[in-house]
Amino acid sequence: MGLEFNTETFRNDFTFKNSPRAIRRFPFPFDRDDYMYSVNMEPHVPGRPGSVFEHMFDVDEHYVAEMRDRAQVLADDPLRCQSLPHMELAGWDLLELIMESKARDYPQWFELHKNGNRWHWINRPMEIEQKFTFLDPTTLPCGPMEYITRQAQGDFTLQDQRDDNLWIEAGMVTTQADWSLDFDIGMSFHEWHAPVPKAHQMGVFDRALKFLLKLQHGAPVRRFNWTMTVDPLLDTSPENYPKWGPTKTTLTPENIGNRQHLRVELQTLHRLPRSNAIAFPIRCYLIKFEELVTIPKWARRLHRVIRDIDPELSTYKGFIRNRELMVQYLSQFDDGAPTSPGWWPDE
Amino acid sequence: MTKTLFEPSIRSRPVYGELSPRAGSAHLFIADGEGAEAITDMFAKAGADAPALLAKSHIIYMPGPYGTDLSAALQALGAAQFHRAPSFNAAELRIRKVLTDAHMGLQVYLAGTETVIGLAQREVMMAGLPFEAVQTEHRGSLSRRVQCVHCKGVTENVTTDPFVCSHCGLNLFVRDHYSRRLAAFQGVNIDAEDPGLVPAAVERFK
Repeated sequence: MGLEFNTETFRNDFTFKNSPRAIRRFPFPFDRDDYMYSVNMEPHVPGRPGSVFEHMFDVDEHYVAEMRDRAQVLADDPLRCQSLPHMELAGWDLLELIMESKARDYPQWFELHKNGNRWHWINRPMEIEQKFTFLDPTTLPCGPMEYITRQAQGDFTLQDQRDDNLWIEAGMVTTQADWSLDFDIGMSFHEWHAPVPKAHQMGVFDRALKFLLKLQHGAPVRRFNWTMTVDPLLDTSPENYPKWGPTKTTLTPENIGNRQHLRVELQTLHRLPRSNAIAFPIRCYLIKFEELVTIPKWARRLHRVIRDIDPELSTYKGFIRNRELMVQYLSQFDDGAPTSPGWWPDE
Repeated sequence: MTKTLFEPSIRSRPVYGELSPRAGSAHLFIADGEGAEAITDMFAKAGADAPALLAKSHIIYMPGPYGTDLSAALQALGAAQFHRAPSFNAAELRIRKVLTDAHMGLQVYLAGTETVIGLAQREVMMAGLPFEAVQTEHRGSLSRRVQCVHCKGVTENVTTDPFVCSHCGLNLFVRDHYSRRLAAFQGVNIDAEDPGLVPAAVERFK
């Protein structure tokens, strides 16, 4: 396949960058020149070859470095991975989903051999080989959710379904857009979304919950979310906010192209077969402004979205302070030409 | 409806009702400070049914954060069991024992400050009682129990916003975001982006 894994960091010297290939396949989240909240869900079916939608779980050039960063976050703060006692079965469901998907979609990197409940897992990029008994937690070095999500890019939460509601009761959360699993674990759907402005009044969460309660096994769905992050920091947690918050004050017209990143979450939702829980992978993609503007359509469109966004949204997303600077920088790349519909780059 | 007036808020913020007598095999009351009055009011409402209810009632009571102690009025009700504890912490093991020993049909009544309602509700939740078996009524102080999202330490009886975390010393603003599992509101560093720029503390939760 020829794809190599980058040696790069998401902290300290921040050597993260995207190759030209990674830039072209970046999941640019805006399909038009403006943005407002919506439920915006669509079936998570295989998409264009080479795109981040090609496979159930996208594995890209950042895989190994991201997993190294996750291990560091967990060493610093073990509360980023938690599972309430009744969620273990959902953890096994998730492990099965990820192992089967990766072994099927990337046979050059991952293998899964089954002999009844005796499983043999090989993860070549991370040099892991594990023989274990499916559904027997004593045969893994840690719980099943933690085990597999230490080997899968993106955050993961597991939602139990009862009383016509979803309850966030397990998760691996180290690449989050400023929310705390440790605080939110155990909450109902509306409770953990409570701090989001406007969307409740718009009925977005009522509709989303109604939709998700009926989610079927084998018919996953996906949506985008996005925000802005200074420096390619995966761990923008509330826990560490005093450490990364101050970096927002250090942007200048000279460094913004290199240090300001659009942060996109590809969120997918999967009904799990044994537990009836819902798995919610939240995959984070970062792109520097100077990388993004190499795609002329995206540069024009991002300029217009940021210029015209509702101030309440830019406040909640935490970039109101630098919005003018962003608009100034991006405006150089917007000649006013119309943009084509949809998010794909023009050929 | 609740006797305390609350500002409009977000969906994770707890809402409270008014205690009313229910049919049940046993009745557990946990209250602090002015919460005692919610209980005496409820028994007054029960009228002729009150004696039968009291014969199956266990009341656990502690003074409020500012020292309000209405033990005498509660004790005078003549419940099967009455216990005055100096603090919630001191009553915790007793509450756990009562919940562990509980049978089907136990009704739980919580009254007083958000802190005691929240802490007691957490015990009830951990014991696995159905949510519908619990009634809550807010009375008295609006002071908050706040968890610092940074150091995880909980500061009790927070009345101002912002306030200084009693564990790590950061200046925190108080969100309405509330965790029933932690029985706490969330506190977030207010001057992270501009160190030292801290607005004057306002007494928001008297």
